[in-house]
Amino acid sequence: MPVLILGLLAFTVLWPLWFTVDGALMASDELTAALGPALLDTADGGYAVWTILPSWPTLQPLAELLLDTPQFFSAFWNTCLLAFAQIAGQLVVAAPASWAFAKLRFAGRRFLLLGYIALMVLPFQVLMVPNYLIATRLGIYDTPLSVILPGVFSAFPVFIMTRSFQDVPNELLEAAKLDGATAWQIFWKIGVPLGYAGIFAALVLNFIEGWNAVEQPLLFLKSQSNWPLSMYMNDIVTGNLGIAMAASLLSLIPAMLVFLYGQTYLELGIQAGGIKA
Amino acid sequence: MKRPKVTGLRRRESWQALPFLLPSLLGLCLFYLFPLAETVRASFMDPLRSRAVGWGNYRALFQNTAFRLAVRNTCRFLCICIPALLAVSLLCAVLLGAAKRRAVFFKSVLLLPYAIPVASIVVLWRALFSGKGLVNGLLVGLGCRPVDFMGSSAAFWVLIFTYLWRNNGYDMLLWLAGLETIPRPLYEAAAVDGATPFQTFVFITLPNLLPTVVLTTILSLVNSFKVFREAYLVAGNYPQESIYLLQHLFNNWFLSLDIGKLSAAAVLLALGLGCVVYLLYHFWGGGQE
Repeated sequence: MPVLILGLLAFTVLWPLWFTVDGALMASDELTAALGPALLDTADGGYAVWTILPSWPTLQPLAELLLDTPQFFSAFWNTCLLAFAQIAGQLVVAAPASWAFAKLRFAGRRFLLLGYIALMVLPFQVLMVPNYLIATRLGIYDTPLSVILPGVFSAFPVFIMTRSFQDVPNELLEAAKLDGATAWQIFWKIGVPLGYAGIFAALVLNFIEGWNAVEQPLLFLKSQSNWPLSMYMNDIVTGNLGIAMAASLLSLIPAMLVFLYGQTYLELGIQAGGIKA
Repeated sequence: MKRPKVTGLRRRESWQALPFLLPSLLGLCLFYLFPLAETVRASFMDPLRSRAVGWGNYRALFQNTAFRLAVRNTCRFLCICIPALLAVSLLCAVLLGAAKRRAVFFKSVLLLPYAIPVASIVVLWRALFSGKGLVNGLLVGLGCRPVDFMGSSAAFWVLIFTYLWRNNGYDMLLWLAGLETIPRPLYEAAAVDGATPFQTFVFITLPNLLPTVVLTTILSLVNSFKVFREAYLVAGNYPQESIYLLQHLFNNWFLSLDIGKLSAAAVLLALGLGCVVYLLYHFWGGGQE
């Protein structure tokens, strides 16, 4: 019985994945016949139908997308840039800050950490106007930096990393201090190697966020050449169905790879937020 | 003799911490704290932010029908989707415990939607829920009447489903972490006393999960604002009335440069969220002792 219910729920997850693979391998006319009634205005009568397997699998739409659709390429790389630049920046900025919160004693530590948590809860919409003004003032409006920079300084990775740095045993740090190690050496030689799980957790979670961003690009990236995949997809979905399905599959792949290799860290990151905040 | 030494050490440590914190603090101030202050200030100014208008923006806000609609929809959405999510994900977490060998597989699969990019499901969602879409095809095939998902209040339920689908795995993991903290002997004692599985769940599992409930609620609340992504990509700037959320309103006021009203609404949203989170925390603290 439990397996039956879980299996049913798992179906709602696996079917969409299969739909994406299946659709990307279908020939254009088969796809138009299948989904046209739902997605195109031109179709007449009938409802959309779906087959479990393409009747004639082809790589033609994928090839067309890869070889003949520069807009997709630019959207794909824009998304990579947004996601990777954000997590690289977070690595440099948030990791030392989290170390300070976890292991260094300084005046106002608890108060500051509380401030970080409070800012983390705020939805993007609350800050969108001032963020737009800052981007214009810094001259980065309509460049990838306008999305990347606020992401880099997000409080969220600090929160996740602090959690795992707290588990680094204090005895090690005391011993290193007695041996005359500086604060940076301790962070670099002990903190990073022992707290790497939390660092990865924050990076995986924020990669997913960056790959999925809609709100910020929507307001800060005006030129189509800067658009990430999410906005690009929105634009092409009513056009060529073959291209749209192939693009769906290719947007899915990087995220699935990160999930496949980073699942342990993703779980760790999610649970880090849950246990006694 | 000892005390001054300790505070001296403390001060030195404080200085040591500064270079670690400084980049993060400066960025946080520039991109988060300063914008927050600016939003509060702009909520009392005219749209060009040159003249103070007192509570004018707030008064205009309460008379605005779009704002009232968005608040009503957002509240309705939160009041339904969060309890539903908590219940479904807790059920999954408990079932996972009973699934034994297959638990690892199901855990991975149910977490997957959290990582599926919204770009990849835009086509699918439209194919499923448009007027002549796959779901309606299935309904008609089963002899039911087709539903106008995107053009009627059914859109609201599609959005609820989307939120549950995406966040179920996330919350399930939080529940799993909570379930692990419950001491085994409690269950063993209950089993010795002949408690049914249902009794065990109600009298042991649920009370011990109380701290997890509060935190999971807060995190679900934070994540719920991201449902705008799907809503926007599937239904655009002006979706069916029942899913016109605060996020749509903010977006549209931003585009029409209604900065005063937007800022006032932002302040109210921040205050509202702050109150809810504070109350939940408070309640959690009370439940702990």
